[in-house]
Amino acid sequence: MHPILSKTRLSPNVTRLDVMAARIAEIRQPGQFVIVRRGEGAERIPLTIADADPVAGSIALVIQAVGKTTRELVALEPGEAITDIVGPLGHPTELVASGKALCIGGGVGTAVVHPIAQGLHRRGVSVLSIIGGRSREWVIFESELRRLGEVQVCTDDGSHGRHGFVTDAARDALAGGGIDVVYAVGPVPMMCAVVNLTRPLGVHTIVSLNPVMVDGTGMCGGCRVAVGNETLFACVDGPEFDGHKVDFELLMDRLGTYRQFEQESTAACEAHTCRIGIGS
Amino acid sequence: MSTTAKPTTRQRLQIDRQKMTEQEPLIRNANFDEVNLGLAEKIALLEAERCLQCRDPKCVSGCPVMVNIPRFVDLLSTGDLAGAAQSLLGDNALPSVTGRVCPQETQCEVECIRGNKGLPVAIGYLERFVGDWAREHGGKQTLTLAAPTGKKVAVVGSGPGGLTAAGELARRGHDVTVYEALHKPGGVLVYGIPEFRLPKKIVEAEVGRLQQAGVKIVCNTVIGRTYTLQELRASFDAVFIANGAGLPVFMNVPGENLKGVYSANEYLTRVNLMAAYDFPRADTPVLKGKRIATVGAGNVAMDSARTAKRMGAESSMIVYRRTRNEMPARAEEIHHAEEEGIQFEFLVAPIEVVGNAQKWVTGLKCVRMQLGEPDASGRARPVVIPGSEFVIPCDVVVVAIGTRANPLLTATCPELKLNKYGNIIVDDTGMTSLPGVFAGGDIVRGAATVILAMGDGKRAGKAMHEWLVGGPARTEAGH
Repeated sequence: MHPILSKTRLSPNVTRLDVMAARIAEIRQPGQFVIVRRGEGAERIPLTIADADPVAGSIALVIQAVGKTTRELVALEPGEAITDIVGPLGHPTELVASGKALCIGGGVGTAVVHPIAQGLHRRGVSVLSIIGGRSREWVIFESELRRLGEVQVCTDDGSHGRHGFVTDAARDALAGGGIDVVYAVGPVPMMCAVVNLTRPLGVHTIVSLNPVMVDGTGMCGGCRVAVGNETLFACVDGPEFDGHKVDFELLMDRLGTYRQFEQESTAACEAHTCRIGIGS
Repeated sequence: MSTTAKPTTRQRLQIDRQKMTEQEPLIRNANFDEVNLGLAEKIALLEAERCLQCRDPKCVSGCPVMVNIPRFVDLLSTGDLAGAAQSLLGDNALPSVTGRVCPQETQCEVECIRGNKGLPVAIGYLERFVGDWAREHGGKQTLTLAAPTGKKVAVVGSGPGGLTAAGELARRGHDVTVYEALHKPGGVLVYGIPEFRLPKKIVEAEVGRLQQAGVKIVCNTVIGRTYTLQELRASFDAVFIANGAGLPVFMNVPGENLKGVYSANEYLTRVNLMAAYDFPRADTPVLKGKRIATVGAGNVAMDSARTAKRMGAESSMIVYRRTRNEMPARAEEIHHAEEEGIQFEFLVAPIEVVGNAQKWVTGLKCVRMQLGEPDASGRARPVVIPGSEFVIPCDVVVVAIGTRANPLLTATCPELKLNKYGNIIVDDTGMTSLPGVFAGGDIVRGAATVILAMGDGKRAGKAMHEWLVGGPARTEAGH
């Protein structure tokens, strides 16, 4: 059992849970994730470790409430517990040793960018973060990232920072030159757009993929993604890959496999439980 | 003790092989309850009397864990169920499991002398009967433990190999901790083998018996990620690696990433471990195809095809490039699958998964094969018949053609010697290239069976004990 120490609402549908998981907190590295199963009958879902406190023995999970499983997770309160957490899984991020890195986070993906920026900062790499959301209240991890370097914020409605998409700001930053590597995590169309920006410039771009997973240890093969000419398993070969080689269309398509089930499950959940954790 | 004279050989020979009672095929193919219902005690005793009690019992040498079959069968035939249970459990830690899933027809029963003229003794049924009796009658059949040795042993994986080794080590007085990657112990016994063939409560009971004997089971721990093998070596006196086969093999044909293509591991894990049959009460979904094609012909393929039928598929078929004679599955599984209405497409090999504009599977494009010369495995090599392409319409494809070694543990311990397939190399005692580290089951053998993994666990358990108490294995290793 993994007790929840604290719960923070970061945006209308994104919640941070700090959860006890001492061993994972001690050894996790940027880019790694855990598989979480709330309790009996619940799904196993992958969540990136957004931060960790090895002294307190806790890890931070940042969860976007979209379906039944994620809504039930963010409905948990401090004092309650998550039954199963396994990890840290996946390969750690390939962190450059020097130079300047551009870290791009879209929506809840910003939480995944955070530990990467932390790792880079620790190595003395100069970090520029470009993060975005629909409007001011949807922007997360801004103050945490400011501690690690320059941050540019973009909002779709211009209510905070630059009016526009993260890709607009990224285009300008890349045009200025001096960027050695790009880390991009967010919705698939965002990562795809970033990769299309950096490909002609030849800037190495690492993306973190979030396909459907079950076990997270390579056993099921449900998380297969096409990278270059190879089919790889995101859980054991990733979750981060060379963005210039990723087949985003396939990823997007496979993410839709269970859409109908998700709707059914969410509807059943809404019919007799609450609407905790979803946007107002 | 019974004073009744034992039956003569002539009397024994007159008894016909008893039949297992089963759920009716067309009822059971719509539920997940166990297919085989077990033998009544009277029937089990009668079947036990069929055993001729050979002086040189060939059945024992056919058994990977060398169960003293005539001894427990003899005790059973006299009605001494507790004695039979004690005898059987002394040889085999998981009789309720192996009685259900072992390929008896190629192991013990194929060696039975009665098979020369008629049918062999139903050793599997008897093993199951005695195992179940022991489980249901508590008490006596808990492991008898030796005095604590003070030695600590880690077992990686709680599947059949790991559980067997844990039992062998615990009863020799060692302090055993089993690490399991998933949230529930049992390995392939819970994620892979379906409820209708091996009820989960049996696995739970077997695990519970080990826990009672002091074995600690730690779930949600991936060795190679949560802890490295070297960390385990530092905290324990010996380690047994039985982390299973791991990565599913795909066909490597176009269209394999379409929505609706599953590995058998994923399909079975969703239904068995995650209870997708109970969606939306259980949260994990699985695609319910109308027409499901399962590629492969082993036990895992039979399990998948029969599961698909139970999940409501109108048509569930096996696609296999050889013929019925070459199918590697247990005879009973093939027979049960046929009875349940699973269709078989023999001499057919998939060349492409075809889909619609929305990237959902619509069919499996195949070619017809004919059998040629025997290949390295001794089985006739299937050869493509030119121009024989055709499409099997289906909306879900399950690929059950095997697994390859999972690199999670081995990649984080380069000192561990592997073969070219990534499987761990062990010596005759089950020890790897690292002193005190033993391995067995699929991570050593590639995809094999429950009982072979158990055989490895049993052998390694014994060798580890000798190594731990300073026996020959340890001396040889120079420690």
